[in-house]
Amino acid sequence: MSEEAAASKPLPIVPFLKIPDSGDPYLEGSECKKCKAVFLGSRSVCSSCGARDQLAVKKLSNRGELYVFSITYRSFPGIETPYVSAVVDLDGGGTVKGNLIDIEPDPEKIKMGMPVELIYEIAPRKDREGNEYLTYYFKPANA
Amino acid sequence: MKMGNDVYVLGIDMIKFGKFPERSVPDLGAEAALLALDDAGVTINDCQALYCGNLMQASAMVGQRLLQEIGQTGIAVVNCANACATGATAFREGWTAIKAGLYDMVLCVGVEQMAGAGLLGGGGGGKGIPTEGLLGSGTMPAVFAEAGMEHSRKYGTTFEQFAKVSVKNHHHSTMNPKARYQIETPLEDVMGAEMISYPNTKLMCSVNVDGAAAAVICSEKKARELGMKRAVKVRASVLTSDRWTQRDLTMPDVNTCTRDAAAQAYEMAGVGADELNLIELHDCFATAEILHYENLGICKDGEAGRMIDEGHVALGGRIPVNASGGLLSKGHPLGATGIANIYEVSTHLRGEAEKRQVPNARLGLTHVIGLGSACAIHILEAPSS
Ligand SMILES: [Zn+2]
Repeated sequence: MSEEAAASKPLPIVPFLKIPDSGDPYLEGSECKKCKAVFLGSRSVCSSCGARDQLAVKKLSNRGELYVFSITYRSFPGIETPYVSAVVDLDGGGTVKGNLIDIEPDPEKIKMGMPVELIYEIAPRKDREGNEYLTYYFKPANA
Repeated sequence: MKMGNDVYVLGIDMIKFGKFPERSVPDLGAEAALLALDDAGVTINDCQALYCGNLMQASAMVGQRLLQEIGQTGIAVVNCANACATGATAFREGWTAIKAGLYDMVLCVGVEQMAGAGLLGGGGGGKGIPTEGLLGSGTMPAVFAEAGMEHSRKYGTTFEQFAKVSVKNHHHSTMNPKARYQIETPLEDVMGAEMISYPNTKLMCSVNVDGAAAAVICSEKKARELGMKRAVKVRASVLTSDRWTQRDLTMPDVNTCTRDAAAQAYEMAGVGADELNLIELHDCFATAEILHYENLGICKDGEAGRMIDEGHVALGGRIPVNASGGLLSKGHPLGATGIANIYEVSTHLRGEAEKRQVPNARLGLTHVIGLGSACAIHILEAPSS
C-alpha cells in the first residue's frame, strides 16, 4: 500500500484496534490456551503463566461493564476537560481503558457495574503528518 | 555474644524538603550524604560503596558527581532508578551487598529535583497521536483515583473518607520541621480544593518538591565496633514487581505488589502487622493511602474507611501512619522518598521525633511503590540499648 493510500484511511489509535477492509472495526486480544488469560493485542509469550506460543487471536466483545472510573478535570495542555476516564471489563474477557461519553461527568450519575457498549469514531485530532485516527469510546448501554 | 549477619542503619538524615532551583541534584544529594555521615560519626573514607537513587537524571551518573563534592575515594558506585521506589531500591541494594558479606559499610543516597515536573504520567508518546483524553487518562492523579474508586466499588468508601487522609497527614506535618508544609488543612479545604481527578482534589495529591535523604548502613560486626546505641536494625528488606493480574494493562495494580511485599517482609522479620508501632507508607494520593492499610494488613479488607474515620492511623491512635506528614504534605521528591521514609521511622525508633514522637516505638515499617510497578518494604527495629 502506498503512503497516500494509507493516509486516505484512518489509522488505529492503538495497535489492538483492528480496521478490516470490509466490516466493522473491533478490538483484538489474545487468549492463552494454557491458563485462559486474555490480553489486549498480540504477543508470543503469556505474561500470566509464561507459556510460549500458546496465545490465540481473540476478537473482543463490543459490550462490557464499567469496572471503575475517575473524572479528570486537570490534564495536559490542550486536552479538553472534564471527561470520564473509565476502565471496562469486556464480556468474554479483556479489560480496556477509554473515555465514557454520553453521560454527565457527575459521580452521582455514573454507576460502577453499569453496562456499556463500545463505539468507534474518528478522533478529534490528527498527528503532525495530518493522519486521521480511529478511536473508540464507551457509552451507556441498555442492560 | 553470637554474631549474625544483620544489617544496621548507623546514621541517617534528610534535608528539609523544598524548592531549591539554584542548586543541582548532586549538590542536594551531597548535603544529605554529609548529614548522614555525621549522624553515623564516620566519613566517606569508611564507606566501601555508594548506592545512589535518582529518577529524572537516571543517565547522569549522579552518584559519582556527588562524590566529587564529598570525597572521591574510588569506591564502587551504583546508580539506581526504579520510579518512586528509587530511593528504597538504592537502600536495598546496599543492604543486599552487606547481607552478602561483600562490604561492612556503605552509603545510600536518594535525591530528586522536581522543579517544573508538573503533572506526571499520561499516555501516548512515540508513535501515533497522544491518547490522553481519548482513551481515558494516564495522569498519576487519575490512575490513583481509579485505584481508589475500585475500593469504593468494593466497600463504599467515600470522597470524605479519602479526604480525611489528607487532613491527617497535613496535621502531622505541622510537627515536622523538615516537611515542605506545616499547615493545618481542614476537611472543608481539602474537599473544596480544585478537583484534579475525582475523587482526588489538589490537596489530595502529593507535593512536588526537591529533596534528598541518605543513610549509612553497616554489618553487625561494624555496628558493634562503633557502638550500637543509636543503630537501627533492618529486620526485613523486600522488593517486588507486578504479578500478572487481569486489569494490569489498563489499570496499574498498586495492590498486588504491595500485598506480596508485605507478606514477604513479615515473614523475613518474623513479626506480624499487629506488632508494628508506626508506618510510613506511599500516600502519593489520598486514595492510595486507604488501599495500603489493607494491603499492609493493619486492618481487614473493607475496614480502611473505618481506620481513618476512627483515628486509628493518626498520631495518638493504634498505629500512626505517616507521622512525617507523608508525601501529601512533607513532599514527594521521587528518588529521595524511600530513604526519607526510613529516616522518619528510624527517628521514632531512636526516640528523637520530638513533638510527633510515637511513644515507645519499637518496630516500624516503610513502604513505597513505583509505577508500574515496584514495591519496596523495610521493617526496622529500635536500638536495643
Ligand atoms: Zn498463560
